Amino acid sequence: MVWVIVAIVAVVVLLAAFIAMLFNRLVRFRNRVENAWHQIDVQLNRRADLIPNVVETVKGYASHERETFEAVTQARSAIMNAKSVGESAQADGMMTQALKSLFAVAEAYPDLKANQNFLALQEELAGTENKIAYARQFYNDSVMAYDIARQKFPANMIAGMFNFKEQREYFEPETAAARELPKVSFTAPSSPEPPAPTAPPAQ
Amino acid sequence: MYEQISANKWKSGLMMVFFVAFVVGIGYVIGLAWGGTSHPQYAFIGLGIAVVIALTMSLVSYYRSDKVALRVSGAAPVEQYMNDPNWRALAIRFDNAVEGLAIAAGLPKPAPYVIYDEAPNAFATGRNPDHSAIAVTTGLLTMMNDQELQGVIAHEMSHVKNYDILIMTMTIVLVGTVILMSDIFLRTFWFGGDSDSDSDSGEFGIIMLVVAIVFAILAPIIAQLIKLAIGRKREYLADANGALLTRYPPGLANALGKIGGDNRQLRRANKATAHMYIAQPLKTEKGNKGGRLNSLFDTHPPIEDRIRRLNEMAGSFQEVQPGQVPV
Repeated sequence: MVWVIVAIVAVVVLLAAFIAMLFNRLVRFRNRVENAWHQIDVQLNRRADLIPNVVETVKGYASHERETFEAVTQARSAIMNAKSVGESAQADGMMTQALKSLFAVAEAYPDLKANQNFLALQEELAGTENKIAYARQFYNDSVMAYDIARQKFPANMIAGMFNFKEQREYFEPETAAARELPKVSFTAPSSPEPPAPTAPPAQ
Repeated sequence: MYEQISANKWKSGLMMVFFVAFVVGIGYVIGLAWGGTSHPQYAFIGLGIAVVIALTMSLVSYYRSDKVALRVSGAAPVEQYMNDPNWRALAIRFDNAVEGLAIAAGLPKPAPYVIYDEAPNAFATGRNPDHSAIAVTTGLLTMMNDQELQGVIAHEMSHVKNYDILIMTMTIVLVGTVILMSDIFLRTFWFGGDSDSDSDSGEFGIIMLVVAIVFAILAPIIAQLIKLAIGRKREYLADANGALLTRYPPGLANALGKIGGDNRQLRRANKATAHMYIAQPLKTEKGNKGGRLNSLFDTHPPIEDRIRRLNEMAGSFQEVQPGQVPV
């Protein structure tokens, strides 16, 4: 009789440990998704913060390109006000489009293209653009890993019992237009390989 | 991935244990030989000193070897280059690439360092992703385009993520110590020793001498083998994981091609640090006799082979998402 009780207790303890392990695994994956989302948010906001400066600089040379500025400003506020992943992704797509046309406009103004401030902003936007792409990649990977983790048996039972049901959205560009690879020259403005300095930096 | 991480932590611990045992053993033998038959208690003095050295070096190797590695290679923080107008653009590009790939890998950003050297090369160091650094040479910064630079940094980022950096960097200090010890060991026998022991130790002294020589020869070989065990497979793995981070294998493949095609020697690299770099920094002369043996002791797989594997990978990445390829 004692042995039966011991066996039952042992099974219950093992089962509880197993459930706890699965639960912790799901929590880890969910936290990674949260963290990945935070990374995108940081980068999107960083880009949005650059926008007013860019608009001001371009306005100084091309004040009559009103529509372009409006599109950029609109995209900026869309990013700032986005509540969900889908909205953010859509706003991000809008912003990419708007910047694309803004820099296309800038092509027509040689003085603007030679402006140091503009070049620096362009460079910084390029860097941020790249980081958004990487943050998006990490986020989508994390969502996929989380999905797989919570849909697999037997973790799906734990996911059902506790609060892991909610499907996380992938961060994807909404419009077909945004799917196109932006052709904007976001890279180093002059040549792909900058001239090689020969002296070590000053201390 | 996660097996790789725990394997690396486990191996690092094992290496430390072996290292301590090795140093303590050598210390004991040195003491024994030094005291000869007349002062056998010297063996325990040797033992005591060796224990202190071994433990100190193990702690140093864990906590400080990233600093040692950066110092030895002559790396400076990227900020120093950002303040120089000549280097500013390249330094910012490098800094951005490190930050971007850290995001892609879901890691904290490693500290970017730059080595002033024309030979293109790079390495990662640190004890865990929270304490890590990525160093590249100025040659690499000037030679590579954006995609190639990101390929190289993605490779280094995988070393950080896999904890390869822990075992690779610890090796520098631990192996360095072993080589130093075996040197001291040899010297003890050529120049040192108790003058009495020469006359009355006789057979015992000769045995000890033989043991000493065997130890002295073995030490560097053991050190080499340790490096081999930890070196080659993880380069392939870091190439593959790096390509996965950028989703663009040709970037790293082209970078490796450029690095392989460059014959300049990295000035500050030496045998103890060679295994850290993305590609063999010490160029072996071709047509050298015993080329077979040399390739046995190479710290890295042949570059052609790495490029071939990356190109094979490229086939599985046909669907490229917009914006994911760094333009």
